[in-house]
Amino acid sequence: MKRLTPYLLILPGGLWLAIFLVVPMVFMASVSTQEGNVVDGFIQTFNFPVYGEVLAQYRTQFLRSAGYGLTATLISIALAYPMAYWIAFKGGSRKSTYLLLVLLPFFVSFVLRTVSWRFLLADDGMLLGPMKSAGLLPEDFHVLQTTYAVIGGLVYNYLPFMILPIYVALERVDPKVIEAAQDLYAAKREAFTKIVLPLSLPGVFAGVLMTFVPMTADYVNAGILGGPENTMIGNIIQTEYLVNNDYPTAAALSFTLMAAMLVGIFAYAKALGTENVLEAAAR
Amino acid sequence: MSGTIDVTKTPATSVPAGRRTPRGGRRLGDRLLLGYVWLIIAWLLLPIVVMILFGFNDTQSKSNVTWQGFTLQWWGRLDEYPQLLEAVRNSIYIAVLSTVITTTLGTLLGLALGRYRFRGQGTTNLVMFAAIASPELVMGASLLSLFISVGVQTGFATVVVAHVLFSLSFVAITVRARVIGLDRSIEEAARDLGASTWITFWRITFPMILPGVLAGALLAFALSIDDFVITQFTSGATQTFPLWIWGATRIGVPPQVNILGTLIFAVGVAIAVVNTVTARRRT
Repeated sequence: MKRLTPYLLILPGGLWLAIFLVVPMVFMASVSTQEGNVVDGFIQTFNFPVYGEVLAQYRTQFLRSAGYGLTATLISIALAYPMAYWIAFKGGSRKSTYLLLVLLPFFVSFVLRTVSWRFLLADDGMLLGPMKSAGLLPEDFHVLQTTYAVIGGLVYNYLPFMILPIYVALERVDPKVIEAAQDLYAAKREAFTKIVLPLSLPGVFAGVLMTFVPMTADYVNAGILGGPENTMIGNIIQTEYLVNNDYPTAAALSFTLMAAMLVGIFAYAKALGTENVLEAAAR
Repeated sequence: MSGTIDVTKTPATSVPAGRRTPRGGRRLGDRLLLGYVWLIIAWLLLPIVVMILFGFNDTQSKSNVTWQGFTLQWWGRLDEYPQLLEAVRNSIYIAVLSTVITTTLGTLLGLALGRYRFRGQGTTNLVMFAAIASPELVMGASLLSLFISVGVQTGFATVVVAHVLFSLSFVAITVRARVIGLDRSIEEAARDLGASTWITFWRITFPMILPGVLAGALLAFALSIDDFVITQFTSGATQTFPLWIWGATRIGVPPQVNILGTLIFAVGVAIAVVNTVTARRRT
């Protein structure tokens, strides 16, 4: 009985994960090679060439998503690192207040925050309207429906996921180690590049994992802030599944996206250790 | 989250960093960095301010984008969009139901992972990691593939299934962290004094892991009520608050949405503040 206890504890949750996470992946693979339409039904024909077709057809959107995801991730690191650094080393007794402020956006629905940006950035909205009437900007100037708006929205929505893991990593750096470096005549810059930065890299890695993946697969920002020229692969998958009901195409696209990401994620997790990434992800 | 904030070791950090540089220079650098931190915080909070403000906007047209003057009229006209209220109600029901299921299953998982060494532990960790790291889009798409293939009508129940799926790992990890930190000798003492396994669990173990369980439950609730992507894939004809907003972006978001968003935000902040204060009192 005693030896069975962990298995009994794990059974309900494990079954849930198996039935609704692992099994659906198999079904998605199966749907991707079917042929047919939503009225007459779909039949399994092992139509593997579909993968070549969708890759060729939506190559632009795949590359664009990767490009947007990468750009937004790099911007996020640049914005988040100094902030996390300041909170960790200079935040003093107000650390938790700063962290709460960083987390505050999460109390408003993701979609609603993005819609708020649409209000703010509208052609005659609060930011552009007054500047246009003051003659500071040309009348046809716009931010919405541009690459800038979509990447800006991505960075905005996922920045806290970059700040937190970097903060956690920096917070763990023992000040005595920095002191020791300086006692051994390391310059301030050297103490940073040789001690603080390497020790904080796991936090940056965790942050990249937590932002790059969802940013690349995102369709909310491109849908609300972007235009037809900013369509990401997520928008295509969403439209094919939910609007066009072209399930095989949609399944092939999401399977390709998942495969590409899983390879990256597991290479990442391998380098870091699964439990470390898990714990960083849980914060 | 409050567990990661360690305020105790701060004062020592800022001293050695500035020891070798002239005082004024350090102060200027710090001040610039502090200004930068507040700039980012302002940027993070700007859309929330706009959301709250435009719930009081005396707008005439359908697009609530430019400021027309202050009014309280929308607070009395919340029932103007019955489907919106219905959607908010659905969001709350789904969040409550999925939180109850997730917390139960996640606590059992966390207990098993934190306390026992057993065969299959690595696999369980891996699957949980996959549940956190996979993009929501892929999880939603594969769940929809499953439901289509086996002929399950998507709706309220499938949304609950999906929400339990993506929050389960977070709860399990939160509880596991708490279980690992437990002092086993207290349970052993209870056993030595003749308590059965069952009594020991409910009288000793459960009260000790309760903070972890509650933190997990709060996280599950927050994740569920805000979720958009997986919900859109698994909801069928059922509307939730974020889905209703997404549907309304094209035709214009009415001020009632801002008000409901503000109310949800206020409740969330209140819970977070109470949580922080009681956590501080406990230590």
